[in-house]
Amino acid sequence: MSTPAAQLENIHKTYHMGEEIIRALNGFTTTFEAGSFWAIMGPSGCGKSTLLNVLGCLDRPDAGTYHIDGRDTAALTDDALSEIRLKYLGFIFQSFNLIPQLTVAENIELPLFYLGWHPERARKRATELADEVGLAGRLQHRPYQLSGGQQQRVAIARALANDPVLLLADEPTGNLDSATGVEIMEMISNLNQSGKTVIMVTHEPEVAEAARNHLVMRDGCIENIGAKP
Amino acid sequence: MRNNRFLRNIRLGIKTLLLHKLRSLLTMLGVVFGVSSVIAMLAVGEGASREALDQIRRLGSHNIIIDGVRPDSDEDDQRGDRVRLLLYGLHYADLDRLQRGFPDIEKAVPVKLIQREGRIGPQAMQLRMVGTTPDWFELVDRPMIDGRKLSELDMERKSNVAVITEHAARRFFAAARAGLGSQIRFGGTTFTIVGIVQSESAAAGGMQTPDRNTDIYIPISTAQERFGDSQEIRSGGSTSREHVELNQIIVEIASLDAVEPNAAAIEAMLARFHPRESAYRVNVPLALLRQAETTRRNFNIVLGAIAGISLLVGGIGIMNIMLASVTERTREIGVRRAIGAKQRQIVTQFLIETIVLSTTGGIIGVVIGMLIPWIISMTVDMPTYVTPISVILALGVSMAVGIIFGIYPAMRAAKLDPIEALRHE
Ligand SMILES: Nc1ncnc2c1ncn2[C@@H]1O[C@H](COP(=O)(O)OP(=O)(O)OP(=O)(O)O)[C@@H](O)[C@H]1O
Ligand SMILES: [Mg+2]
Repeated sequence: MSTPAAQLENIHKTYHMGEEIIRALNGFTTTFEAGSFWAIMGPSGCGKSTLLNVLGCLDRPDAGTYHIDGRDTAALTDDALSEIRLKYLGFIFQSFNLIPQLTVAENIELPLFYLGWHPERARKRATELADEVGLAGRLQHRPYQLSGGQQQRVAIARALANDPVLLLADEPTGNLDSATGVEIMEMISNLNQSGKTVIMVTHEPEVAEAARNHLVMRDGCIENIGAKP
Repeated sequence: MRNNRFLRNIRLGIKTLLLHKLRSLLTMLGVVFGVSSVIAMLAVGEGASREALDQIRRLGSHNIIIDGVRPDSDEDDQRGDRVRLLLYGLHYADLDRLQRGFPDIEKAVPVKLIQREGRIGPQAMQLRMVGTTPDWFELVDRPMIDGRKLSELDMERKSNVAVITEHAARRFFAAARAGLGSQIRFGGTTFTIVGIVQSESAAAGGMQTPDRNTDIYIPISTAQERFGDSQEIRSGGSTSREHVELNQIIVEIASLDAVEPNAAAIEAMLARFHPRESAYRVNVPLALLRQAETTRRNFNIVLGAIAGISLLVGGIGIMNIMLASVTERTREIGVRRAIGAKQRQIVTQFLIETIVLSTTGGIIGVVIGMLIPWIISMTVDMPTYVTPISVILALGVSMAVGIIFGIYPAMRAAKLDPIEALRHE
């Protein structure tokens, strides 16, 4: 069996709001196998985004261990965590999060810029990726000139630029109409079929349909886990 | 590779700043004004002080110039057309005392002025002769253009030879090198022109022998012999008789260190032999030079302080805008961090933006600061001089302003928590 893409063991993440203690993650343990496609669901405030932040090395758990592609992330410096995000991870956000002053091509190239790629090589890769997500003619456009669906495609292309081990998506269709959402989900499914591990948070059961594995959370713990019913 | 990324960072910075052209321009205005006003003021100050220093330097820093001062004739009672005898000036004995009593004096050159009706070239006119010694030409740094200067033999023989200025040659003989061998009639004597000396530059002020450009230089021995010490001066209808032995004595001191003590000693000596203190004046170019240099230094210090304050204000303006920019672009920072940018790279990005801003301001400031003195020089007749060092310094300082005032906003951007930054509206 190959190395799991992500492995969480007894992860705790607690927030203190004055007197109140919020256990956003409360002894969360699971393994996300390489090549799997997960839909994370659960009521608002159950800790889905917190989980994704931990998986994305944006947040450190208070306790527990997290291995990404077999690498322990405990005790890593901020720079080392940045390095992991740069090399292993791709993010797709609900609100696309493109940088407004950059063109489509430049947005897609962003990870390659930080990876230190030569500009020409980066531009070639960005062009290929734009092609893949169906935005061939839009390289020089600015984000505000694109529709929501197109912006999300750019975001997907950007998330793929560094050829990540793990794609993390927090409600990728949340800001899109259902038809466009279906298109985006098709794209994500295809990515999974071509070998990418995908972990996606969603509220919508129809969107979750695309994923092969479902994980339902409640109060920072797993309520239900399993293959698509 | 690093270098390449650095260049792309600069490009990105410029691009981001160009998104808000007006804001960027207003932001750098503080630096623009600071730099341009300092460069312009420095150029004007430098021009003025260079001119002053140049004048003084031309007098010779080793020299001490002693003038006999003509008393104010209007103050004395002057009744009707009575011819008065005005007695003033330095004495031959003063020259003697200077030559004998002051071991540090290398050379002492007397100057005697005589004014008469004369004829030079085709023109008859009021002329002024300067009786002096051959050393004069070296002491006041006036090289010959053609012919020869006055010689010791001329002195001994009391020859009727004269040196004219280039200016006079041009004026009376129509060319700078013309007139050698020609005759000058002056007070009943005929002089032969043996040399042409460079004219005193227009910039040099009046401390050296009150030079008129048509002055004629003759051996002082000849002047004494032919014209004596008394002469009639006609001015505005009235006539006065003046008795002057020497109008000026220029002495050269062997070493620079000895210039000022000797000036004091000379002053003391003159005080003993001249009852009226206003009868003579001792000018020390070196002291003036020192003074001018001190003035210049003080001026530069004041200017430096003004520059510092205005650049501080400019820097604070930039910092203010950069802090606003960091807040405005919190989400962008979050995205970059999520993608894998290290804190250091965020710092670099914002710092470069600030440096581009302040340096561009500096460059614009330098251009304006160089234009202003140029316009001043063109419109009012005032010398200005933009020193290269002021330009280099201005650019360096504006870059430093960018670094100093950019580092805090940049650090703040880098220290943002990526999750919160991503959530920022
Ligand atoms: N920075 C924080 N400070 C305090 N509490 C926080 C913080 N981040 C998250 N929480 C709390 O942790 C809990 C889990 O939050 P999280 O964002 O993971 O929920 P979620 O499952 O993503 O909800 P939603 O479906 O609404 O996005 C919530 O109760 C939230 O209020
Ligand atoms: Mg959430």
